[in-house]
Amino acid sequence: MTVVIAWIVEGTWPACVDAARAHAPGDADIALLHVTASEVSGVARGAYAGLLGRARPERDPGTRLEHLATASAGQLLADAAGRLGRPCTRIQRTGRIEREVVAAAEGADLLILARDGDHTHLGPRSLSPASRFIVDHAPCPVLLVWPEPAPSVATIPPPPPHPPQHR
Amino acid sequence: MSTPLAEAVSAVLMLAALAGAVVRPWGWPEAVVAVPAAVVVIGIGAISLSQARAEAEQLGPVIGFLAAVLVLAQLCDDEGLFRACGAWMARAAAGRPRRLLACVFAVASVVTAVLSLDATIVLLTPVVFATAARLGARPKPHVFACTHLSNTASLLLPVSNLTNLLAFAASGLSFPRFAELMVLPWLVAIGTEYVVFRRFFATDLDAGAQTPPADGPSSVPVFALVTVACTLAGFVAASALGISPAWAAFAGAAVLAARALAQRRSSPAAIVRAAAVPFLAFVLALGIVVRAVTDNGLAAALGHLVPGGTGLPALLAIAALAAVLANVINNLPAVLVLLPLAAPAGPGAVLAVLLGTNIGPNLTYAGSLATLLWRRIVHEHEHEVEIGEFTRLGLLTVPAALILATLALWVSLTVIGG
Repeated sequence: MTVVIAWIVEGTWPACVDAARAHAPGDADIALLHVTASEVSGVARGAYAGLLGRARPERDPGTRLEHLATASAGQLLADAAGRLGRPCTRIQRTGRIEREVVAAAEGADLLILARDGDHTHLGPRSLSPASRFIVDHAPCPVLLVWPEPAPSVATIPPPPPHPPQHR
Repeated sequence: MSTPLAEAVSAVLMLAALAGAVVRPWGWPEAVVAVPAAVVVIGIGAISLSQARAEAEQLGPVIGFLAAVLVLAQLCDDEGLFRACGAWMARAAAGRPRRLLACVFAVASVVTAVLSLDATIVLLTPVVFATAARLGARPKPHVFACTHLSNTASLLLPVSNLTNLLAFAASGLSFPRFAELMVLPWLVAIGTEYVVFRRFFATDLDAGAQTPPADGPSSVPVFALVTVACTLAGFVAASALGISPAWAAFAGAAVLAARALAQRRSSPAAIVRAAAVPFLAFVLALGIVVRAVTDNGLAAALGHLVPGGTGLPALLAIAALAAVLANVINNLPAVLVLLPLAAPAGPGAVLAVLLGTNIGPNLTYAGSLATLLWRRIVHEHEHEVEIGEFTRLGLLTVPAALILATLALWVSLTVIGG
């Protein structure tokens, strides 16, 4: 059976869900994937360690952030499943985002992700470092979608003038 | 005991006390290693009993001050102050991550300055994460901002950071004068962070978010806000009257504690826990051990590196030295080591030490030693943490913020006078 993975990221996920609905075959197995960056709770834990203790483990903000992140990822996936409106599986992972997405995409037939960055013009720098890594390393076909209707081609800056030797 | 041997033993004990505080084997309080270490340095004569007593007498009031501020922050949390901050940030951000980042910078800077960096790390960071999640914004820039500002924004007031309280006691400055001299470096350092953050996290900030559903009118914790404002006014008034500003912090904490107890929202045990008594014992013991390390050779070794005077080159050198030391060990021992060396040159030099010890830690989280140990702890939490991005961000912010803030301090010292 065809396996389609839609990578659900804060801010840009609705476009991925819509693309999955539009492009996945009717009998495809759609998986909604969310990855929580472990470094977010990691920096909070590190800052707490920097207080040299004052310091009871039950007050560690890193642990609270992990719980909040799990809850918010669950909510995000539930919202995404609701928007998709057809049976799907939900995958929650934690770790280094780009590595986890690539690992989850192994064996899939399509990975759908949204571009990041400024929405007012076409390129450049439309991919965050994590998205760039995923596009570079994906072990399957990739569908890159706009989070909202794409701006016109006129938003691309004019090409630089040719250097003299090419005239 | 010979001086080199005493120095070696003291240094080993200092590292053991720091390691014990970070690793906390078997969940022991941090004082479990530090207090015996202090007893040993006194016992072997690395520091005399009278010197140890003098150190304790100097640190005692500082530690009491810190305890009052920690209790004040916890009681503000109980009153709902940080939840109210989250609601305000969500409304003001209006679904735009860049505006949310500006709100986080404003709130984290004020919370750090007034209620200390502990409040930002322990109490505000989870609220900021929850706020970003509620808006559907990517949380990373906002959480990183909290950790960075807990250091950078702790320059303003003596109460903002334990390092400041220690320096405040050694500098001879009044509370208002300390704030006057530090307000410009504080603003410059925060501004530098803000500019770098907006570029560094541009793709995450451009990803968008949702406008939050309009809640009913959220409750503003007026009582806590008024108490904190009165405490701040009390700091200034106490200085004018020539009494320790610590009493203002005690009064503020006592007012909130009395209310919390009367309304049965807190218990005496919870309030004592908020004061982090084992930590206070740790600071006292660490102060004595560091004094032994300093007196038996480190002061002589570092004395050549600490420039005299408070011209711009001297201030820059002091700030850089403090930043390096804060990263090699941790900012708390760094400030304990450098204060006696910098104090003779005047308040300007002491404040330059603070720029280094407070901005510097953003380079390696908590100081290299602490970071090494901390990474070991994180391994126990099953996920390998990538510190490359944090370090890159630190390399972009720390040198720039340090140089510009030192320049601002020099301007303040020139205009206002030390």
